[in-house]
Amino acid sequence: MRQIAVYGKGGIGKSTTTQNTVAGLSQAGYKCMIVGCDPKADATRLILHAKAQTTVMDLARERGTVEDLEVSEVLLTGFNGIRCAESGGPEPGVGCAGRGVITAINFLEENGAYDADTDFVFYDVLGDVVCGGFAMPMREGKAKEIYIVTSGEMMAMYAANNISRGILKYAHSGGVRLGGLICNSRKTDKEYELISELAKKLGTQLIHFVPRDNQVQRAELRRMTVIEYSPEHPQAEEYRILAKKIADNRDLVIPTPISMDELEQLLMDFGIMENEGAVA
Amino acid sequence: MSTEVKDKEIKDEKPVSGKIKDTQKMIEEVLAAYPEKSKKVRAKHLAANDPTGQCSSCQVKSNVKSRPGVMTVRGCAYAGAKGVVWGPVKDQITVSHGPVGCGQYSWWSRRNYYNGQTGVDAFGTMHITTDFQEKDIVYGGDKGLDAALHELKGLFPLGRGIGILSECPVGLIGDDIEAVSKRVAKEMGIPIVPVRCEGFRGVSQSLGHHIANDTIRDYVLGKGELKKSTPYDVNLVGDYNIGGDAWASRKILEEMGLRVIAQYTGDATINELGIATKAKLNLIHCYRSMNYICRHLEETYGIPWMEFNFFGPTKIYDSIRKIAAKFDEKIQKNAEAVIAKYKPLMDKVVEQYRSKLDGKKVMLYVGGLRPRHTIGAYEDLGMEVVASGYEFGHSDDYKRTYPDMKEGAVIMDDATLYELEEFTRRLKPDMVGSGIKEKYSYHKLGVPFRQMHSWDYSGPYHGFDGFPVFARDMDMTVNSPTWSLIRRKK
Repeated sequence: MRQIAVYGKGGIGKSTTTQNTVAGLSQAGYKCMIVGCDPKADATRLILHAKAQTTVMDLARERGTVEDLEVSEVLLTGFNGIRCAESGGPEPGVGCAGRGVITAINFLEENGAYDADTDFVFYDVLGDVVCGGFAMPMREGKAKEIYIVTSGEMMAMYAANNISRGILKYAHSGGVRLGGLICNSRKTDKEYELISELAKKLGTQLIHFVPRDNQVQRAELRRMTVIEYSPEHPQAEEYRILAKKIADNRDLVIPTPISMDELEQLLMDFGIMENEGAVA
Repeated sequence: MSTEVKDKEIKDEKPVSGKIKDTQKMIEEVLAAYPEKSKKVRAKHLAANDPTGQCSSCQVKSNVKSRPGVMTVRGCAYAGAKGVVWGPVKDQITVSHGPVGCGQYSWWSRRNYYNGQTGVDAFGTMHITTDFQEKDIVYGGDKGLDAALHELKGLFPLGRGIGILSECPVGLIGDDIEAVSKRVAKEMGIPIVPVRCEGFRGVSQSLGHHIANDTIRDYVLGKGELKKSTPYDVNLVGDYNIGGDAWASRKILEEMGLRVIAQYTGDATINELGIATKAKLNLIHCYRSMNYICRHLEETYGIPWMEFNFFGPTKIYDSIRKIAAKFDEKIQKNAEAVIAKYKPLMDKVVEQYRSKLDGKKVMLYVGGLRPRHTIGAYEDLGMEVVASGYEFGHSDDYKRTYPDMKEGAVIMDDATLYELEEFTRRLKPDMVGSGIKEKYSYHKLGVPFRQMHSWDYSGPYHGFDGFPVFARDMDMTVNSPTWSLIRRKK
């Protein structure tokens, strides 16, 4: 069983990418599971064709404690036998969502949610690693393999670098490694080159460049992955390629995060400055 | 380089006495067991006393974070706010907001006696908690708090206020207890006081006292009802009525012709806290825990304040006269009459116990007041305090202590158990007075010990009522034959 966590800036497309990739893996014959680590509980919507109704924490709140739950109540099966769980948590502005993630993951683990014939467990974690709770998937040897979804936008790259720092912190205690960057294209200038270079600087690879295509949105509106909605579409093939690359990936590294100055320099070298120069 | 500067400073002063040097040498020996870094840190907290205050190396550093790895006996901000200041307010329902443990282990108060029917119109010894579960951490505890407040109002209609004493997790998850308090207070028409005394704040319980004082100021002060005022209205501040202490103190003040309108906070009511603004003088017993409210009453309401000490006849007479000097001749006459009335009784107590206690050495290590305030009472019995220290004193406490201690006595701040044991071994006190955490290790050492936080289930020790009890207890401790049956560790 490989446990994989997907991190990245908020809104970068982690959930969409994860679900499409997992759909691809499941079609390739792997038994997969997705654990959504976001109080919004929308990390499994495309697989379940609906927003998860029973999250671990919501049910625990209803019952009193998490000990009163059965795994079967919070583990739902969706497209192609993919099993899904959501940690759940509070509405914005109250309580501690990070603690919810810790509690939910511990519950799933202790109660045998990850059975022996599971090939892949994917943790889909909310935006930035703001506190210990959201680092939970990479702690204590849970997910040993991290993929960062990013794009050519400055803040997405900044987040990717920051997450690399978090991985570095747990690399020695928890044995966690970076598997690569996934570029979810925003069609910025020289995006492929830029992210390839960032990956190089971080000591990792750009594992796949996912082009921007509205077919993703069309599928999302129907609460489906592209792979389910339009398996013949070229975008579906992109996700199948990404799935295969992840399945075959053995290139797991301890990242080498860069400084803010280096990051800015990178942007200047690959785009912004050159274009501005051309205009002038 | 810094040591060079320090040496130079000392050279400019008058040469330190042999007594101070001997003690400094002993302190160095005790510190020798520490690793270099710990030694450097702890050295600043231990000193040989110089009553003149002229030796700069004799001042201890205080009110800073305890050194990790040593056994400190300090408490937390919650302990200061709940256990000391708010807990004794009898008609307030005190809620320990958070997981069950903080309230559970501070249950039963510090023996802050009160009049009233527990569970009906008084709530001092009750343990009320919102009992946080995992779901409250994740989803926030505000809704549960709201429900608890309404439940409490239904269960205890005679509760005149509710205090929400915040435990650590409430601060960590950022619950808005102020908003809940404000809303529910409006609905219920009683003060609901949110106290942000999360245990991780500050370096000891001392910050909890300050936070609690501030909430008295913000939520109840000036809101009480007092039908009529007299020129003799005073507040008795910083007396928590442990074993009935405040009652003994109050008795003296009343016999002097003063009227105590508010007791802070032993046997206190919410209304008393509210009317404190109407007093003519604040008489403060525990300076450390309640100087904040006195300063506020002085600055905002122009009420002067003075410290007093009702431990042992010498200090009592002295304090009575100083208090009386703030009032008219009538009170001054009364004061002399009170002294004349009780002096024979006090002389008798001294006569009865002095022969048995004369020359006995005492080592004290308590909270923020008693290490200096009880010195006079021991001296009345012929005993000498050879070492004294505070768990959570500040520099102003130590400044008040130096002149009261003999030259070369040991002054300790935030002492560790190792240091206490070592000083005991070297100074060979006939009695040690400290807290419950030290009590049993001293029993094992075979050293006569008195628990000086709660008076070891005895009291009162304040006032004329208290001194005979104090003298009896010290005799009982020092001269108990029990100790001769235990081999004292060398």
